[in-house]
Formats: sequence, C-alpha cells, structure tokens
Amino acid sequence: MMLAAAARTASVSPTLTRVAVIAIAVLIAVIVVELVRRRRMMERYALLWLAAAATLLVLAIWKGLLTTLSSDVGIKAPANALFAVGFGFVVVLLLSVSLVISRLSDQNKQLAQRVALLDDRLAALEQRDAPTP
Amino acid sequence: MSRHLAIVPAFNEAGSIVRTVGEIREHADGFDVLVVDDGSTDGTGALAAAAGARVVTLPFNVGIGGAMQCGYLYARNNGYTVAVQVDGDGQHDPRDIPRLLAVLDAEPGVEMVTGSRFLGGDGYRSSPMRLVGIRVFAALMSLITRQRVTDATSGFRMSARRAIELFARDYPPDYPEVEAILLLHAHRLRMREVAVSMRPRTSGRSTIVRAIPAYYMVKVLLAVLVGLLRARPGLDRDEPQ
Repeated sequence: MMLAAAARTASVSPTLTRVAVIAIAVLIAVIVVELVRRRRMMERYALLWLAAAATLLVLAIWKGLLTTLSSDVGIKAPANALFAVGFGFVVVLLLSVSLVISRLSDQNKQLAQRVALLDDRLAALEQRDAPTP
Repeated sequence: MSRHLAIVPAFNEAGSIVRTVGEIREHADGFDVLVVDDGSTDGTGALAAAAGARVVTLPFNVGIGGAMQCGYLYARNNGYTVAVQVDGDGQHDPRDIPRLLAVLDAEPGVEMVTGSRFLGGDGYRSSPMRLVGIRVFAALMSLITRQRVTDATSGFRMSARRAIELFARDYPPDYPEVEAILLLHAHRLRMREVAVSMRPRTSGRSTIVRAIPAYYMVKVLLAVLVGLLRARPGLDRDEPQ
C-alpha cells in the first residue's frame, strides 16, 4: 500500500509539475503581451520575458528534450532541470534590470545637471537683455 | 588669464550657507562663488544668492557626486582655470584657500591640492570607527598611487585645468572623494596635500555619517578595486583610448 502510494505520487508529481510550468509560462506570456499592448512595457524589455516563457513552455511540453537535457548534465529529476532553467532566466532578467537602472540613473543625473546649467544661463541672458528701467 | 571658482555643494544647509559664502568672499580673494543647490527644500539657494553667490539649482537631489560634477561642468564651460570645492556646512575654513592656491601655483604639473586633516594642524577628532575608515583609505590610496596620501576622504580640494576637465567628464556618483584620487592617478595627474584644520560643522551631517559606516567602507572599497580594472578614456591624444 505504502509503496503503491509512493509510486503513484512519484509518477503523478512530475506531470503535475509540467502542467504547473506550462500554466506559469502561458500566464507570463499573456501578462507580458497585455502589458506591451497597453504600452506599459516596451517591446525591447518584453523580449527577454517572452524568450523565458517560450523556453519554459517548450521544455515542459517536449518531454523527450527535457529528459535528454537533464540526464546529459546529470540532473536526476527532469523537473529540477526545468526549475534550473527558470532560475537562470530570473538571474538574467534581474541583471538586465540592474543594467537598465544604472544607465537610466546616469542619464537622469546628466539631464539634471544640464537643466541646472541651462537654467543658470537662461537667467543670466534674461537679466542681460532686460531693459533697464 | 586665470579665473578662480569656489564650488559649494549644498543640500539643505540654510543654517550655514550664508556664513560659508560670506567667508569665501572675504578670505579667498579673486574667487567667484558658485553654490550648487542639490535640490534643497529649505531655501538654501535663495539664501546663497542673497549672500552674493552664483547659484545653480539642480531640479532634484542627485547626490554629492552629481552636484560636485555639476560644479565642475560649470567651471569647465565658463573657462575657469582653478576650482576649489568647499563644503556648505562650514567645516572647511576658507582662510586656507590661499594656501591651497599657493601650492597649486608653485608646482606646475600639480593638478589637485587636498586640504589634509592629518598633516599636522590641529588634532582632528572623530569617532574611532570613522578614524579607522579614514586611515584605511589613506593607506590604500598611498599604496595605489605610490605617494603619501594622509587624507583620502577630505572633500576640501582644489583642482587645476586638466583635473577640472576630467571631473567634468567623469566623476564618481556617491562618496566621490576616494575615487576621485584614483581617477586622477589613472590619468597620471599629480596631486599634493596641504595641512588644514577642519572645524566642527555648523549644520547638516557628514555624507559619511549619513551612510552606515560599513556600507560606506564596502561601497568605496568596491569602487576602488573595480576602478583599478576600469579602462579610462584618455585625456590626451597620446593616451590609449
């Protein structure tokens, strides 16, 4: 009895995992496409998300590929390989966000400096050109 | 013709800015005073202008590095040949400015003169934690630049033309003092130190205290180590690009 139950969970859970991963991948893709449609996210930042969703989807559906891949790199449970790939995408996505933020804050700083200096020049010019009463 | 500028970065220094500007105008003959108002909300900018300073106002707080760089951009764009940075909180004594200038003028090729708290002068007092940090960075910068640096964290420093151009183009965003020394060294620009005594600040707080000391140490150490590996765009045509 115990053994049979154990065998059943062992055989059921990988399928459940795959279904869950498929659902998550589809959900991510739908959300990202919707955000792009509403112009809340730019295409260039959506690409990486869609690539992540597509990769997870392919691996979750194509059982043979995942099994081959995971046994090739020595991962016993294919589901773990799936999580590893997902984790890899998360790392890449976070890295790219840090890059974008760094670039934006540098550009932001430069803009603030330019505004301050232009403001000063404008005030000086207006003062020079003002008719003396 | 040499034109001299004192750059005063100020973020909510209403309590001391008038005195700082006044002292610079009184004791630093021939220096124009530029206050870079880093998004103050207490009227610092207006007070500085009333005290006779030129005021450049950043639209929001960009931090000490960005504010200083704005001052260097102003100096470069307006053809200044010497720029000294003086804190708005009153801890740098403008009476020392002529001494910094004398050293800068005396040795051609020297691009930056730092007012050091540890070259004689009055004993500088601070918390043990801060003193350890200050010593560590002084030792580290001495090692890297192969010259004696006694005060790598002092923000009281005067720069000549080439250093101004360098800082206008590239200046570290936060806790910039130590990194600026590294930057100068990377471009083979020479620097000197002059003994000064610093006064207790009359308003505001140290950017170093405002940060958690451990965070300050780690951030600046990382900046220095990465900075050593960083390729710098050349100032001269003959430098590797």
